[in-house]
Amino acid sequence: MDDHSNSSFAPLMALIAVLAPFSLVAIGGGPAIFAPLQHQAVEVHRWLTAREFIELFAVARVAPGPGSMLATLIGWKVAAWPGAVVATLAIFLPSSILCIGVSRVWSRYRGRAWHQALEDGLAPIGTGLMFAGAVAIFKLANAGPLGWGLGIAVAGLLTLWPKLHPFLVLGLGAVVFVAVAAVPH
Amino acid sequence: MTATTADEKPPISLREIFSVFFWIGVFSFGGGLTGWVYREVVTKRGWMSDDEILSGIALAQVLPGANVTNLTVFVGNRLRGYAGAAIALTALISPPLVMCVLALWAYGFIQQISLLHAAVDGVAAAAVGLNIRLGIVGAVRVVRRVGPTITMLATFIAVGVLNWPLVPVVLVIAPLSIASVWPWKRNNG
Repeated sequence: MDDHSNSSFAPLMALIAVLAPFSLVAIGGGPAIFAPLQHQAVEVHRWLTAREFIELFAVARVAPGPGSMLATLIGWKVAAWPGAVVATLAIFLPSSILCIGVSRVWSRYRGRAWHQALEDGLAPIGTGLMFAGAVAIFKLANAGPLGWGLGIAVAGLLTLWPKLHPFLVLGLGAVVFVAVAAVPH
Repeated sequence: MTATTADEKPPISLREIFSVFFWIGVFSFGGGLTGWVYREVVTKRGWMSDDEILSGIALAQVLPGANVTNLTVFVGNRLRGYAGAAIALTALISPPLVMCVLALWAYGFIQQISLLHAAVDGVAAAAVGLNIRLGIVGAVRVVRRVGPTITMLATFIAVGVLNWPLVPVVLVIAPLSIASVWPWKRNNG
């Protein structure tokens, strides 16, 4: 009976315990934490299967909002609306509180040397995490040559035409995959 | 330039801040939000200068968290302090919170369609492409210097290849990386 009374809060606490620390290390945004997030959500806590994680990732990209909204959807899977709200707060609030503190200091010391060093020192970490996130998603999706090819092609397209609307590119990905699946082999 | 000009302008209402960021949230399909914030806040309304928002964009990228939520907090704080930041962030996040859950809910009904799995995989692969593109943009700047290049590769290998836990990796690498680019010879400036 004790278990029962705890059961509604335990998943919410677990969501906070997993997501809030990630909020503070997601340098470069959501993609930086996708690899460890899938490890926690799929393998450690078994909130969802690898297949479901990929589906949530895709839905989060198609729906409006930052890619980190993936956390919102994981929260929804774990505990419906309370889970979605708690997960959203857990993933956005810690980084936002840090950000407002730094914002206030930042404008005061703009142009100082340490200001530039901080930016230069953190940027390559964010870049490395971006690539690690890409590898994690591909591994998870069991992406064949088609998936890798499309991902790299999209990166190339956007490098050539940076103003291409991202929504258009996501649609292109869907069309290519559906076309390949629909053609009898 | 110091931030002392705030008193001269009439305060921007919290309601207006809410409205601007709410609509950015509603239409923020597929990312690219920084450009939208710039257009609404600087180009259309002149609430901030180019220099101000550019420093905010840099800050948003360096700090942990989604770039657009960080930039939103930065702009909100600049316009109306803590209240402005809280209102702007709430307005930006609320529509996508509801809309992405509704999208997932709708997906639950239509996922029996077999081709939808292919479509979802295609969207996911293309979305990874967006991230690779961001990585390339960063890498092009990073590879000009040895220290940052090592930092980038070490981070990628530790997290992406060896699957080491992210938090300790960043906590160890970040101070080393900052030290490697720190302007130690300060008398030369």
